[in-house]
Amino acid sequence: MSEEVIRTEGLTKVFNKHLTAVDHVNFSVKQGEIFGFLGPNGAGKTTTINMLITILKPTEGRASVLGFDIAKQDNNVRNVIGVVPQEYTADEDLTGLENILLCADLYGIPRDVAKERAMDLLKLVELTDFKDKKVEIYSGGMRRRLELACGLINRPKVLFLDEPTLGLDVQTRTATWEYIRKLKKEFGMTLFMTTHYLEEADALCDRIAIIDHGKIVVVGMPEELKHSLGGDIITLSIKDDPDVSELIRGVEHVKEVKKEDGSYRIKAEYGEVTAPFIIEALRSKGYTVTKLMLTEPTLNEVYLEYTGKSMRDTEESREAFRTQRMTMRRARA
Amino acid sequence: MSKLNEHHPSRLHGIWALTKRELKKWLKEPIILLMAILQPVIWMGLFGKAMNLGNMFSSSNINISDIVLPGVALIPPQSGSITISGTALSQMFADFGPTLMKNIFGVTDYFSYMSVGMISFIVMFTTMFSGMSIVWDRRLGFLNKVLSTPVSRGAIIFSKVLNASLRSMFQATIILALAVIFGLQVSSTFSVVNILGIYAAIFLLCVGLSSVFLAVALRSTKWETQMAIVNLINLPLMFASNAFFPISQMPDWIQAIAHVNPISYLTDATRQLTVLSLDTSSLIIDFTFLGIFAAVFSFIGIALSWRYLTK
Repeated sequence: MSEEVIRTEGLTKVFNKHLTAVDHVNFSVKQGEIFGFLGPNGAGKTTTINMLITILKPTEGRASVLGFDIAKQDNNVRNVIGVVPQEYTADEDLTGLENILLCADLYGIPRDVAKERAMDLLKLVELTDFKDKKVEIYSGGMRRRLELACGLINRPKVLFLDEPTLGLDVQTRTATWEYIRKLKKEFGMTLFMTTHYLEEADALCDRIAIIDHGKIVVVGMPEELKHSLGGDIITLSIKDDPDVSELIRGVEHVKEVKKEDGSYRIKAEYGEVTAPFIIEALRSKGYTVTKLMLTEPTLNEVYLEYTGKSMRDTEESREAFRTQRMTMRRARA
Repeated sequence: MSKLNEHHPSRLHGIWALTKRELKKWLKEPIILLMAILQPVIWMGLFGKAMNLGNMFSSSNINISDIVLPGVALIPPQSGSITISGTALSQMFADFGPTLMKNIFGVTDYFSYMSVGMISFIVMFTTMFSGMSIVWDRRLGFLNKVLSTPVSRGAIIFSKVLNASLRSMFQATIILALAVIFGLQVSSTFSVVNILGIYAAIFLLCVGLSSVFLAVALRSTKWETQMAIVNLINLPLMFASNAFFPISQMPDWIQAIAHVNPISYLTDATRQLTVLSLDTSSLIIDFTFLGIFAAVFSFIGIALSWRYLTK
């Protein structure tokens, strides 16, 4: 068993000869980790995942999953992976159990084995009570869990999740994270997921790759990435508002000081230790600190640092996507 | 969960799994089936029964009154007049109607003629619309999910074709049974084995037609586009065939179309096997044409879909 479960070398996808969706992407995913692809809509996340799950053929470059080449040994890849797509693909007219058994059939799993596994999986995702109900009455969270169960029917070594909590409310999202963590813990499964929720990447992923305009801008553990920004942010205000930037800069571990509308935004390593020193330094010169706030950098700052834009800018398109999907579901009903 | 998936789907397994899904969905919506049956029934009732061509020439309508010929009209002229009995004339022409029908339609009543044509009608509709379901599979992401499983691409396409064929056969059986109840007269050469022949003919047409429609449907993301195409070509295909009217009475240019229209061959094969007295040589021609049609068009259709599915 090789350490590297997924490996890509210069993986590229060009649509219609000029639209480069994924641009020479290199990364590797290690056995047993949750690897997240973080980026806004249209960054190339889904295209990358679609190449890895052998739906799309790469234009250039190569990639392997568990040692199988995604282009040349695509059927081997399909056998060892599980896929939880972005959309709700379960058939609304069929029951939950029928849907899982259909997935089992697609992998050629014999009926008796399939039934046993399906019951186990339904228990895992807590849908046993609803197994004989048509999927059309399922809630968003239940559908997501059903997709998860379908993706696990062939006992994959690697599970691909495309935006696993897209359009779910906060509670359901947190619950879905729990299922994903459980999978990792109980089965030692390797998970590759895409998301544009910073909190999700932060809470779930062991390592993340930030992707923007088809290119990976940075790869690392969330903590590592946050740390790479150079420490915590201390925001403070003082009485009477004289300029004390120079004084603060003199304090050890302070890296950067910016004065913004009457308050100071200080970037400092070990914020919780440095902050008292700053207060002390100011007090010794007779300044009184009126307000102080210490924030550890979030992935949003990391994101901002590497892509030059805030993740929140993509909020609007997320809403648009949700509306579109609702329309589609209604159209189908 | 340490072992890899040790099962590999055989080609048949995948086809059957996907076909079963479609059929299950279909059976869970009996309204759709009912509508699909009702439509041809209405056609049969209104179109087949309202215009009773056979009856138009029947003896009860040939009610000739006595004809009085003045003697001067005769050669050589005679005095007085001659009366030809209308009853005798009517009797002379009593066979005229059925003979006319038989010569043009091959059967003596129009209902028997057109209700068999309805089978072609229903096969065509079912086939075209079932190809459309792949547009939904695509839009809802189901197609992508299936593509990420080890099921072969061919199985995905063929399951749709098979589904269209099975549905068509099922509906054709119901229509045929209903037609018999409503007065379809089967010929003396009809036997239960002939039904298998009808199924075979339906299957061949379905394979050809649905492969092409599938290839078109796969490329169009819009369900409406597909609807428009189906609606546009349905009627011309139907009327430029022998489904409702005999080809021999059509103007040359329509005859030209009708002779390459596969609907004509399915209809003729079905007629040979039900209402006409079986003419083996024309049945062979029908099956040969349908076979070639199925082979050529499924090759084109599957080649096109294949290219699309392995983009």
